[in-house]
Amino acid sequence: MNSMHYLYAAYIATWVIHGSYLVILMRKYSRVRKEMATLKK
Amino acid sequence: MKRGFTILAIVTALLLCFALYEALIAAPTEQTMGNVQRIFYYHVPSAWTAFVLFLINFVSSIVYLARRNVKADILALTSAEVGVVFCTVVLITGPIWARPVWGIWWTWDLRLTLTLVLWLIYVSYLILRRFSTSGKTPVIAAVLAVFGALDVPLVYFSIWFFRTQHPSPVIGDGGSLDPRMAHVLLINWAAFLCLAWLLCWTRYRLEFLKREVEEAQALESLMETSR
Repeated sequence: MNSMHYLYAAYIATWVIHGSYLVILMRKYSRVRKEMATLKK
Repeated sequence: MKRGFTILAIVTALLLCFALYEALIAAPTEQTMGNVQRIFYYHVPSAWTAFVLFLINFVSSIVYLARRNVKADILALTSAEVGVVFCTVVLITGPIWARPVWGIWWTWDLRLTLTLVLWLIYVSYLILRRFSTSGKTPVIAAVLAVFGALDVPLVYFSIWFFRTQHPSPVIGDGGSLDPRMAHVLLINWAAFLCLAWLLCWTRYRLEFLKREVEEAQALESLMETSR
């Protein structure tokens, strides 16, 4: 495998990890906010 | 509060784009390893950011043990979780870099093993916090965090005091890093610190809101039973 492939793999892996974590956080956050709104009604 | 978050998000995005440009294009190519050495600009700042987050976790855990402060407990949980994310990046980018340079994905070298142990300690911490139903969970977790933090200096100094497969320090005493590379490294670290701050902020708000919802639900069920 070309050394550039390793470089891209490392950078892509980093962004996939951070991006996935951010998406998980945002989903949980919106779900909890909905729960809060339901409780306030 | 919301405006501050938006500003931080914009600054982080811009800084990450600039850091990516610096790492992939502006930084000079290393003579021995070639372009694959550029993994360094993500691998090392991720490790440093994880150390900073585990240090925050350590301090917050001590504050929680001393004062039983709920905000310190939330900060400890937040910093541990985001720290594990950054430590995961270190454990994934490391082998990807090692394969073309060392010819192997992994070796049970002191620094690599201690980093894996560090990751396992904080994953255990998060599992404890997630699944334990005991009222003493925050206290037990804080004690685990205090002992777990002892692994951080071991990881950091392992390449100073022992001969390992992992490269020696490139910054500080005896470091031989090109000043242009050091500049790019610090820009990437600044970008990763901003990202960590953004993630911690989001996670902290989430945990705070989650506890408010739990309290409201408990109060509601209490009122229903008393009717």
